[in-house]
Amino acid sequence: MADLSIVFAGIKAPNPFWLASAPPTDKAYNVVRAFEAGWGGVVWKTLGEDPAAVNVSSRYSAHFGANRLVQGINNIELITDRSLEINLREITQVKKDWPDRALIVSLMVPCEEESWKFILPLVEATGADGIELNFGCPHGMPERGMGAAVGQVPEYVEMVTRWCKTYCSLPVIVKLTPNITDIRQSARAAHRGGADAVSLINTINSITSVDLDRMVAHPIVGDQSTHGGYCGSAVKPIALNMVAEIARDPQTRGLPICGIGGIGNWRDAAEFIALGSGAVQVCTAAMLHGFRIVEDMQDGLSRWMDQHGHQSLEAFRGQAVAHTTDWKYLDINYQVIAKIDQDACIGCGRCHIACEDTSHQAIDSTVKADGTHIYSVIDQECVGCNLCQITCPVENCIEMVPQDTGKPYLNWTQDPRNPYREAS
Amino acid sequence: MIDALKHLPRPRAGAEQLADNFGDLAPPLTARQAAVESARCLYCFDAPCINACPSDIDIPSFIHRISDDNLQGAAEKILSANILGGSCARVCPTEILCQQACVRNSAQECAPVLIGLLQRYAVDNANFSEHPFKRSPASGKRIAVVGAGPAGLSCAHRLAMHGHDVVIYEAQEKAGGLNEYGIARYKLVDDYAQREVDFLLGIGGIEICHGQRLGANLSLTELHQQYDSVFLGVGLNAVRQLGLADEEAPGLLAATEYIRELRQADDLSQLPLAERCLVIGAGNTAIDMAVQMSRLGARDVNLVYRRGHADMGATEHEQDIAKANQVRLHTWARPDAVLLDDMGRVRGMRFIRTEMADGRLRDTGESFELAADAIFKAIGQRFDDASLSDPLAAQLARDGERIRVDQCLRTSLPGVYAGGDCTALGQDLTVEAVQHGKLAAEAIHAQLMLNVEAA
Ligand SMILES: Cc1cc2nc3c(=O)[nH]c(=O)nc-3n(C[C@H](O)[C@H](O)[C@H](O)COP(=O)(O)OP(=O)(O)OC[C@H]3O[C@@H](n4cnc5c(N)ncnc54)[C@H](O)[C@@H]3O)c2cc1C
Ligand SMILES: Cc1cc2nc3c(=O)[nH]c(=O)nc-3n(C[C@H](O)[C@H](O)[C@H](O)COP(=O)(O)O)c2cc1C
Ligand code: SF4
Ligand code: SF4
Ligand code: SF4
Repeated sequence: MADLSIVFAGIKAPNPFWLASAPPTDKAYNVVRAFEAGWGGVVWKTLGEDPAAVNVSSRYSAHFGANRLVQGINNIELITDRSLEINLREITQVKKDWPDRALIVSLMVPCEEESWKFILPLVEATGADGIELNFGCPHGMPERGMGAAVGQVPEYVEMVTRWCKTYCSLPVIVKLTPNITDIRQSARAAHRGGADAVSLINTINSITSVDLDRMVAHPIVGDQSTHGGYCGSAVKPIALNMVAEIARDPQTRGLPICGIGGIGNWRDAAEFIALGSGAVQVCTAAMLHGFRIVEDMQDGLSRWMDQHGHQSLEAFRGQAVAHTTDWKYLDINYQVIAKIDQDACIGCGRCHIACEDTSHQAIDSTVKADGTHIYSVIDQECVGCNLCQITCPVENCIEMVPQDTGKPYLNWTQDPRNPYREAS
Repeated sequence: MIDALKHLPRPRAGAEQLADNFGDLAPPLTARQAAVESARCLYCFDAPCINACPSDIDIPSFIHRISDDNLQGAAEKILSANILGGSCARVCPTEILCQQACVRNSAQECAPVLIGLLQRYAVDNANFSEHPFKRSPASGKRIAVVGAGPAGLSCAHRLAMHGHDVVIYEAQEKAGGLNEYGIARYKLVDDYAQREVDFLLGIGGIEICHGQRLGANLSLTELHQQYDSVFLGVGLNAVRQLGLADEEAPGLLAATEYIRELRQADDLSQLPLAERCLVIGAGNTAIDMAVQMSRLGARDVNLVYRRGHADMGATEHEQDIAKANQVRLHTWARPDAVLLDDMGRVRGMRFIRTEMADGRLRDTGESFELAADAIFKAIGQRFDDASLSDPLAAQLARDGERIRVDQCLRTSLPGVYAGGDCTALGQDLTVEAVQHGKLAAEAIHAQLMLNVEAA
């Protein structure tokens, strides 16, 4: 069996599956259950200064797909609503009882040196393995000058990170907010401040839906609502991109990345790792299914690694980074064309109408004697956009087949059609 | 009470148990089931299911609306193509129509979207506060429709929608045709047939005159004179005979006659029960008869057909229902003689075994007997010639015994249209009759409007 153990920013864990700082890691009761279930680590629900935060009711809402499949959850919860003292006491005990698991403490205090100077030694005294700076919470906390309000200003990120490195000897992971334009600016700032790692993403500003009878968005508090933070499967593509952006940024090369956002199974995790993550964190999937899912995640990941001869996570970590580049370096001469497997085709016509109405009129529809239709690709018209393959309900029915164009690699910076081509 | 079966006992089960036995064969979907099922539809383009629906319902669209939580929109989509969409959802043999063609019925999945049940769900739960279709301004045209079956009702509704006034002449006390008097009770339960007629009439402009029988107290000659157009939707009302001696003996009758009684019965425990029951035929009517007798409590129900399983008119799905209801199917045997007891009542039937030789059905010479308390003929309906006896009606061109029509449902007489079972077009199905009625109405409307313009 493949070895799933990791050392991430100096922190050891038996596997890369950590629970993100959130309700699943709210208190000792949950964390102990998570460790029993097999999670490799947890990031304790964010601690703050006393008095503890106060939460409203209700707190969550969701964006649903067909059949109430949850695509994403939106929440308006704040950081821990329990006192600092209770949290620290529980953290100390849990770490003592579970020495082999990673236990990271998430922190959010006002953007003042004194506040950090006060809390950091208390956390270090618990025996925790590291701290994570929550610069990401998009609701409630920014109004108090914390969370995303700090995360959105690179200078603050750098400054607070530096304080932490000054007043604490533990590894410092900076958790980044996605509610910015260029994630690299935040990562570079954390790097400058001396961060041992970054973790991302925190939740994305969101409103999931509106109650059209009461004319108020969800979740409803009285007759009002507010924007919350979005997470779960739907945010995975956004998170993957941000992880890749940082992984391939020369200025932060080598900075450990903990991938977070929409991870629900081993494959999601493997993708984050392939794009450079050294560990991953999970929140929504655990909130929807309970802690038991980690067993399937570990099992699936290690089987896949065995099948591909990867003995450790390092063996494939970051392998997709080199293949991620800027658009301008893509090969203009590469060409794929859709091909329909007529035996697999069930004749739903979706590919045809999609291409006909919104792409390149490249799928022909011919009526047979019995009134059903045959769909076939007109090779000359197909630009290889993948739309038909995406809308086809039958897996592997449409294949995008690479063509032998006989032309060499040519990117846009070299293409004669580019008016701004760099002179060669 | 059916005279021919007066001597038979009553069912053993109580009225309540029997009512239960005749509840929905396919129970309606719950909201949750409808949500799950509607989400399975792929929203096909040029959808094969639409092609396979004789009434051209835009299936992907109505299912999409169910999925979008827009039941009224879904129901209106259905009803705009098929005003009897509620009963069709219940009685259509979907296994050979829309669901057969559904792309999710392909060999890879073999699990079609349950279109019929979704259709029922939408129509049943739309809760329209008023009739969903509006009438066009009055055209001043009057049209006579003969027969208030699916064909006649559908025609009348579409005509009324176009602003014409319609008078339906119906021989029976109740409207609905075979929906009221013929469909198996467990397919179309309670008073749905009447409720649907009431809903349909909600559009206004349609009057039904009951007790009016073409060929008896009504003639095509008169109707043709008094109305701008006439539509004939008289169905098939006569029963085929076996051509044996003693065919009128007590204990032998047409399946449709018994089913009619069964559909009208308020208390099923008062019906005559044939403990040992023989049904002759292999169409859906034969299956309906056998299964209903079995559900009434008959111990021994046999269905006998002169050819093989593959030739049966009843679909495989229907045959499965029969088997699930302990009906024994005997093939390759034809009736030879009605056997009577010493009081002259049916006690059984003698059959001769048959086989195929050189593409022809022939007797093998071997025979056998089956004991029975009653025998039900279900070897097909015939056209009732009496209805076309007046001088004008007698001139109608026929295809075999049925009325000849073209694709626009026009008969050989100008201004006279026909549709449904009484014509040779399509299969004898409720949904076909509805489509005929609708298309005939469109043809009548187009013709009348053309005449208006020309005038
Ligand atoms: C026992 C049985 C079971 C069936 N089960 C199914 C099923 O499960 N699914 C399915 O799709 N189809 C089924 N069918 C077929 C279906 O019922 C018919 O195809 C459909 O009812 C035809 O409609 P119609 O309007 O042409 O005729 P009908 O429904 O027969 O209506 C004709 C109407 O005209 C009236 N009428 C007749 N003669 C005169 C006259 N001379 N003057 C005035 N009025 C007259 C009748 O009283 C009747 O109201 C079944 C048929 C039978 C007999
Ligand atoms: C209800 C809820 C509360 C959260 N609270 C915190 C928090 O206190 N601190 C924090 O850093 N992130 C918090 N998060 C964000 C998660 O840690 C995580 O970054 C995010 O949910 C994305 O991961 P996922 O897609 O696996 O859920 C919270 C998320 C949820 C759903
Ligand atoms: S790849 Fe795009 S252009 Fe080509 S057939 Fe498919 S949809 Fe049309
Ligand atoms: S979308 Fe797929 S299954 Fe549907 S017609 Fe096109 S190729 Fe066939
Ligand atoms: S064929 Fe099936 S999946 Fe396609 S539209 Fe019709 S019901 Fe839906």
